[in-house]
Amino acid sequence: MSDIAYAPSALPQPIPVREILPWAVFGGLLMLIAIYFIGSEEGAMTLVSGLNTHEFVHDARHLLGFPCH
Amino acid sequence: MVGSLLLRGMLVGILAGLFAFGFARIFGEPQIDRAIAYEEQMAAAETPSAQPAEEEPELVSRATQAGLGLLTGSVIYGAAIGGLFALVFAYVHGRISPLGPRATAALLALAAFIAIVLAPALKYPATPPAVGSPETIGARTELFFLMLVISIAALVVAVALARRLWAQHGAWNAGIAGAAAFVVIIATVQYALPTINEIPEGYSADLLWRFRTSSIGMHAVLWTVIGLAFGALAERSFASRSGRRAALR
Repeated sequence: MSDIAYAPSALPQPIPVREILPWAVFGGLLMLIAIYFIGSEEGAMTLVSGLNTHEFVHDARHLLGFPCH
Repeated sequence: MVGSLLLRGMLVGILAGLFAFGFARIFGEPQIDRAIAYEEQMAAAETPSAQPAEEEPELVSRATQAGLGLLTGSVIYGAAIGGLFALVFAYVHGRISPLGPRATAALLALAAFIAIVLAPALKYPATPPAVGSPETIGARTELFFLMLVISIAALVVAVALARRLWAQHGAWNAGIAGAAAFVVIIATVQYALPTINEIPEGYSADLLWRFRTSSIGMHAVLWTVIGLAFGALAERSFASRSGRRAALR
């Protein structure tokens, strides 16, 4: 890692990757599912039948810039 | 440590979502109302007056969509973005620059806003109701997310390049090279990707502009709150961690 040798002592101690990874997998998946439901459910794809999710978050979806009907 | 950062990120995201909701409610909702009024006008003009336009069954009332629905959407989106932000922050902090938690969080939020909001919106901007035909929703969604993924990848490339050049050429030159790489990648990709224009003839340009600026404004509020508030919280959690370590010694 010669490329971080420019100011080695000034760098704050990074969090080890093995400590981040489990959180990243668990948290990342959860967050992406949440964003999917706000952004795309009942748009291009549908997991839950009906249009209720789509209609309920309709305004948020438009204003957040997700492609919507 | 990562768990507590993730929790803080989500809490900050909820706060940011509330602010974004306030902004969207004041600046965005009037434009949505105008767009829906236009949509109804068009529908009324298409059907002869003898048989009144068939009302679509309203699953959710307009008041709910503009109130609780918008609030729910903003807060859940905010919490999710805040959580992802915290995870990326946990990786980036101490790895890319010697900056402390607050400066890292602020710069990361700015970079994310440019890569996740601004750059994709230049090619595929937010569309108010009555713009966009239902038949193309699949293609539009694919292109939008493709643009989003490319934009994030371009940011990663730009940061990696800047970091590589930093030691030899200094922070300024490295930063300029990274930013230039980002702009070139985005410009090339946006030139190559197909354009979507489904704006009906005679659609109000003023409405479109106001809708799109309030959409970008809503994201700007969200990312500003996340970047600044998360930085403050993260600084505290780092300070308490090193304080505990010092006490143990």
